[in-house]
Amino acid sequence: MTEMDDLLAVNHLQTAFDTDQGLVVSVDDVSFRLKPGETLALVGESGSGKSVTALSVMQLLGKGSRIVGGKVWFEGTNVLELDDKLMREIRGNKISMIFQEPMTSLNPVLTIGYQMCESIMLHLKQSKKEAREAAIAMLRKVGLPRVEQIMDEYPLALSGGMRQRVMIAMALSCKPKVLIADEPTTALDVTVQAQIMQLMKELCEESGTAILLITHDLGVVAEMADRVLVMYAGQVVEETDVYTLFDHPEHPYTKGLLKSIPRIDADEHESLESIPGVVPVRYQNIAGCRFYNRCPIATETCKSVLPPLAITNEGHYTRCWEVGNIKEGVWEEAYE
Amino acid sequence: MNLFERYFTGRKEPQLDTDMIWPEGDESSIKLFTRRFKKHKLAVAGLGVIIILTLCAIFAPLIAPYDPTTVTESFGAAPSMDHLMGTDQVGRDQLSRLIYSARVSLSVGVGSILIAVAIGTILGLISGYFGGWIDSLIMRITDMFMAFPYIMLILVVASIVGPGLMNMIIILGVLGWPGIARLVRGNVLTLKEAEYVKASVVLGYSTPRILFHHILPNTVAPILIYATSGIAGAILDEAALSFLGLGVQPPTPSWGNMLASAQSLTVLTSQPWLWIPPGVMIILSVLSINFVGDALRDALDPKNTK
Repeated sequence: MTEMDDLLAVNHLQTAFDTDQGLVVSVDDVSFRLKPGETLALVGESGSGKSVTALSVMQLLGKGSRIVGGKVWFEGTNVLELDDKLMREIRGNKISMIFQEPMTSLNPVLTIGYQMCESIMLHLKQSKKEAREAAIAMLRKVGLPRVEQIMDEYPLALSGGMRQRVMIAMALSCKPKVLIADEPTTALDVTVQAQIMQLMKELCEESGTAILLITHDLGVVAEMADRVLVMYAGQVVEETDVYTLFDHPEHPYTKGLLKSIPRIDADEHESLESIPGVVPVRYQNIAGCRFYNRCPIATETCKSVLPPLAITNEGHYTRCWEVGNIKEGVWEEAYE
Repeated sequence: MNLFERYFTGRKEPQLDTDMIWPEGDESSIKLFTRRFKKHKLAVAGLGVIIILTLCAIFAPLIAPYDPTTVTESFGAAPSMDHLMGTDQVGRDQLSRLIYSARVSLSVGVGSILIAVAIGTILGLISGYFGGWIDSLIMRITDMFMAFPYIMLILVVASIVGPGLMNMIIILGVLGWPGIARLVRGNVLTLKEAEYVKASVVLGYSTPRILFHHILPNTVAPILIYATSGIAGAILDEAALSFLGLGVQPPTPSWGNMLASAQSLTVLTSQPWLWIPPGVMIILSVLSINFVGDALRDALDPKNTK
């Protein structure tokens, strides 16, 4: 498996936070590949390191956190070695990002048009007039009404769903290779969520943009993703394509997650299943499997030895001692 | 059947809301501002006074009946038809001097605050955005400037660089920035956590661009309000310094040095036309500007929904 063929290749990424108790590793040994046009979903509960992984790729970690290991290859270059100026040329241009909060992601004192044109002019080096035309075209594409008027309006005139459409238009206006969407619909009304997701999917398919989708909503995953990465306590516990994930999940955590989805056809008197316990707080000191304390099938080995992320089937990687060929003692690590 | 339908049955995918008709936007922001500003009757009157003063200053040569520095034949004359406000001890027309003084006071007020706003805003932006040791350094310098007895410092500097209008503006400007720097820094501290500032980092904008194009417009309102009251303060400072003889030098008239004549007891008791008008002008202009400042604060406050 070479890094060069993939658009984005993350290799054994480790990100840590400086705290009073010393260095706390929040993302530990995360690897994944993103091919052009593919949608990869990062799933996991709060605090599992999804957002930190995305911010590490963009190199937008705040003060007190830094990448301590691994490499992030984008189009054949390790972006972790780029200086700030070169990184700025990638951000917003080749890799763009959509945030969770559409209500506050637009500057309230600048018009929509100004904010749309700014990045187009900066990255694509277009004139003001060309940028305005491109911006109008882009706003039309995201399905906004009375586009020309909206260009001269301030964000306060738009609803949450409309603002998120503007954010998507901005993110895609420079035709990026990768779009990182960090829970793009969490703050929106349920009725608008599906529309926004659909829109993102359509536009990205059209321009061949790959999506790195961060979410904890398995419904969104089923609808959007090609491949899924399940994260638990800073590590990848399972990676596979979306159909296999829903039909043949292997890791006990993934199985637990799938069981805990509320279904509309479920029996009224049936209570919703949940995974007992919580994510361990200081998980970096755990020697064995990090899911050990909540796992229904844990053994003595699980307590003391960390399972590898091993290949269990073609394109299916799982981090569990109790699964298929890993249990039999023959395995190959997924990312060398 | 796709996965979504298999796992989350019973939901139909809704249509896009492209055809939705949106009502025309609310009251425009300028209209809203005017409406709120007009609620302050005193501020509207104050604005009127400021406009009249500004016009007087600009068209002084056309309005003033005499040249403010020309000595006439009557010394210390009481108001008459020839000299509506009388003449001073050396025989210059008091009304003309009063009109010309508006030039000095307004240029000192506006000029010094422009310098102070420029320095204060830039330092505040840098300090707030970068934080860390840069912030500490700038804030300690600000503390130092604030800890100095203000009038003393101005007096010392004025006596070193010498009195005069330009020096006056520069001194007041260079000493006036700490308050603005603190104000802007405080604003930037909250603004830099805003999602839209993070979004502009993600869009690959350079730091100066983020500072001046995305953060600065959000701090304009508080700066404007602060600057307004700053103008009033600078006018008072100029008057005080000129009164003490370290400000604008005669024969150039200023309200401050006109008041200085009241230092003599005879003038104070027997020639009130020499010191009451400049005193009234100072009070009137400072009050007007402060009223306008108050109204601006209410009108520009985004939390105000009235």
